[in-house]
Amino acid sequence: MNAPLAAERSTAAGRSVDGREAVLTARDVSIDYEVSPVVHAVRDVSLTLHRGEILGLAGESGCGKTTLAYGINQLLRPPAALRSGSIVFHDQDGTDVDLRSLEGDALRTFRWDKISMVFQGAMNSLNPVITIRAQLFDVFTTHRPGMSKKQKEERSQELLRKVGVDPNRLDSYAHQLSGGMRQRVMIAMALALNPQVMIMDEPTTALDVVVQRGILREIMRLREEFNFAVVFITHDLPLLLEISDRIAIMLQGEIVELDTAANIFEDAQHPYTRRLLSSFPSLTGDRGSFIRTGEEA
Amino acid sequence: MKFYVRRIAFYVLTLWFAVTLNFVLPRLLPGDPASILLQKLSRLGGEVTPAMIRSVELLLGTSDGASMWSQYWSYIGSIFRGDLGISISNYPAPVTTLIGEALPWTLALVGTATVISFLLGIFVGAWVGWKRGTWADHVIPATTLLQSVPYFWLALLLVYIFSVSLGWFPIIGGWDTWTFDNPEASFAFFKDAIWHATLPALTIIFSSVGGWLLGMRNMTVSTLSEDYITTAEAKGLRPSRIFMTYAVRNASLPSIAGFTIALGFVVSGSIVMEQVFTYPGIGRLMIQAVQGNDYALMQGVFLVITLTVLAANFIMDMFYGFIDPRARHNG
Amino acid sequence: MADDIREQQLAAQASGGALSPVEIIDETPVSLTDGPVVKVGALRRFGQLLRRSPKLTIGLVVIVAIVLFTVIVPFFTESPTALDNASLLRPGEDGHLLGTTQLGADVLSQLAHGGRSSLLIGLTAGLITLVLSVIFGVIGGYLGGWVDETLFLISSVMLVIPGLPLMIVISSYIPGRSIWLIAVILGVTSWAGSALVLRSQARSLRTRDYVAASRVAGERPTRIILVEIMPNLLPLFAGQFLFAVVAAILGEAGLSYLGLGPTGGVTWGTMLNEAQTGAALTRGAWWWFIPPGLLIAFLGGALSLVNFSIDEIINPKLRAGSIAAKNTRDAKKRKKKVDQ
Repeated sequence: MNAPLAAERSTAAGRSVDGREAVLTARDVSIDYEVSPVVHAVRDVSLTLHRGEILGLAGESGCGKTTLAYGINQLLRPPAALRSGSIVFHDQDGTDVDLRSLEGDALRTFRWDKISMVFQGAMNSLNPVITIRAQLFDVFTTHRPGMSKKQKEERSQELLRKVGVDPNRLDSYAHQLSGGMRQRVMIAMALALNPQVMIMDEPTTALDVVVQRGILREIMRLREEFNFAVVFITHDLPLLLEISDRIAIMLQGEIVELDTAANIFEDAQHPYTRRLLSSFPSLTGDRGSFIRTGEEA
Repeated sequence: MKFYVRRIAFYVLTLWFAVTLNFVLPRLLPGDPASILLQKLSRLGGEVTPAMIRSVELLLGTSDGASMWSQYWSYIGSIFRGDLGISISNYPAPVTTLIGEALPWTLALVGTATVISFLLGIFVGAWVGWKRGTWADHVIPATTLLQSVPYFWLALLLVYIFSVSLGWFPIIGGWDTWTFDNPEASFAFFKDAIWHATLPALTIIFSSVGGWLLGMRNMTVSTLSEDYITTAEAKGLRPSRIFMTYAVRNASLPSIAGFTIALGFVVSGSIVMEQVFTYPGIGRLMIQAVQGNDYALMQGVFLVITLTVLAANFIMDMFYGFIDPRARHNG
Repeated sequence: MADDIREQQLAAQASGGALSPVEIIDETPVSLTDGPVVKVGALRRFGQLLRRSPKLTIGLVVIVAIVLFTVIVPFFTESPTALDNASLLRPGEDGHLLGTTQLGADVLSQLAHGGRSSLLIGLTAGLITLVLSVIFGVIGGYLGGWVDETLFLISSVMLVIPGLPLMIVISSYIPGRSIWLIAVILGVTSWAGSALVLRSQARSLRTRDYVAASRVAGERPTRIILVEIMPNLLPLFAGQFLFAVVAAILGEAGLSYLGLGPTGGVTWGTMLNEAQTGAALTRGAWWWFIPPGLLIAFLGGALSLVNFSIDEIINPKLRAGSIAAKNTRDAKKRKKKVDQ
């Protein structure tokens, strides 16, 4: 159990950051993998996500960040299971939803409408045998049964335009799109129902840096326009320092530090955070000082 | 487009190969089928006309020194003209007539049974895969055992239980020869034919459904761990939609592509099964031909079976191209 | 170039789901050039395997039982062709445990002797199939280029040509057929499916790093095939071999039943042939035609069970799904107990 986290420094036990309300509250979430011996992938994690905020979730591979994301969305597959904790979604209409109690139809209706997700490696996240259009329409057919075909078509085209993809691509299949385009389509799909929270799991890791930059700019722009909160999961800490409001550092299933990006960059508290920061070669500074001498920058 | 053209070219090549096999085998293998046949012909009494001798030689090889090539071209020529020769065991009926009478029976029975078996196997298999980790898994060993049961032995068993002992179904034949001299287009005949076809159809279904079920179940389990399934669940789609359009549609691709192999087993099985039931199809025709050294008929049936298999494969290819856009686009 | 998607799906199906299209079975390379393999514990590992997989255990037990039956019982019975005129078409009684056939032959004896022949044919044909499919599949798959294209075309044509009709045609031209000839005919007509599966896997292995490394190091293709590629294909070989044996046993049964089996020999298939011509069905002689078919079914079923358990071992996705679900259910049960 962590000491009271130096975490959440700018927030009291309260609900607002820069005057923003909380949209998602997770308390003492623990997730185990039921194999032998049991693996405690996420241990007593607590965090609060605020409306319109970008929360970065950083850590090395296997630290549990993806597991946590899946857990929040109730997407855990056996042998993973949520052991304990509470996850509460604060809808903008004022109601609170206990995510763990959602099941069956209630869960399905909730999904994508309030919280959507962009997965790691969109390479395989799209169904290879139906068109992009069909996959976008799926979302509408399920969640907005009142929409006419024409409305679905218009909305789909609008969504593609927003992410910078030619609307003609609606007729395409996944294998006909480049990696960057597929990722943009995934983002478009995630936006379809104007969710209040978007969880993004390494959305740009498999792409080259130039494409990555383009996509990140789209995300920032869309966030400005729609004001959804983002949980951005990645191992790329420098990236998070650029785009996030706050950053949570995870290590072996626990959050060891949670603070604003600025504070983490200038004055990281936890030794692991500091080590992480210094592990990334810098574009500036003395050449070779990092690698040859092994000294920290 | 390129995809379909390639497949057709392939089937034409295969057909040519089958014709060539028919030509080459009797000449290559030990034994002298031509003499056996000619002796049998003369034993049947009646005239052995030069035309008949000529056709036997065309079929099985001559001893007069005509080159292989010229024999080959003559053979292909006659096949092309639709002349598959004269049947010895049913002299003087032409092979094509006999095949024409028997083929519809086989197509109707085996065709229908195969379609039923395929659909059953695919959907039940997908369902078992969908419900992995539950009691549904225990269906597997049962179907495994069923699949290893030889078609014809199952047929024998079914006949023994349902026809001989219980008398629910007829023992042999395609129709009741006491009531109907020949097949006719009447409702009564139709009903009678179906009654006779029930046990054979059940045999085919029981023996072949296991293969498709198993393959589909494995593929479904595999497919369910794919990322696009997770995405579909996260999107909150209804389970039925995920099952049909995301899981089954992807998981069934190998079964459709692999229809070739499965069809091979169905064809072999039906030949033997027609023997058990004395069913008037081309399988039984082939066996009759073999038992009577009627090589022309035998080769003719072989060609027709091959042609039918190729046609079925092509239909499946079209279906595959329809379902999997990657095939259409990459050719 | 990459196989078109349909060919990949075909290979996936032919392997019984062991291969996923565009995927590889096992990530860890096994190479004979690695250090000495630790042999200690192999027996213990086998024991563990048995305990973990009931399918494997049942399958093996049945196979061993049937093999022992065919090996041992013939020493205790008379010749399968000896005719006892005193007892024709009688169910089990003294001297004839399983009864007699229409001509007075002892069914049990025929079952045991016939089993030997059926097994021999099955094994031999399976072996021939394996060898041919390795030649047409692995060599072509690894070498690529026009060699691959040609071999692949031949395999595809052989695949589509209907097997049993071809076997019937070949058998009908040869009046005197030994069990070895039957095995050859079976093997030569059944290798195409396996070849495609092996080819697909060989192609995917060809692009792996350790193979590329060997090529760059200048190793000759024969050596690469033997040392790097084959060992990784071993589980697939085993599966394909078992599949081929089952198919051969069923195939021989079918051929013999049609009267095109080994001339003068006794196999389970010939027993069924004689049973039908001897009107065993209508005369209700169940002891004659049920045992051979039953044995074929059990043997085939047992071989298939072993095959599936091999599948589950080499294809972690198959196992993971069921085991994972089971583990979670168990965990929930445990939790429920604790909460109570």
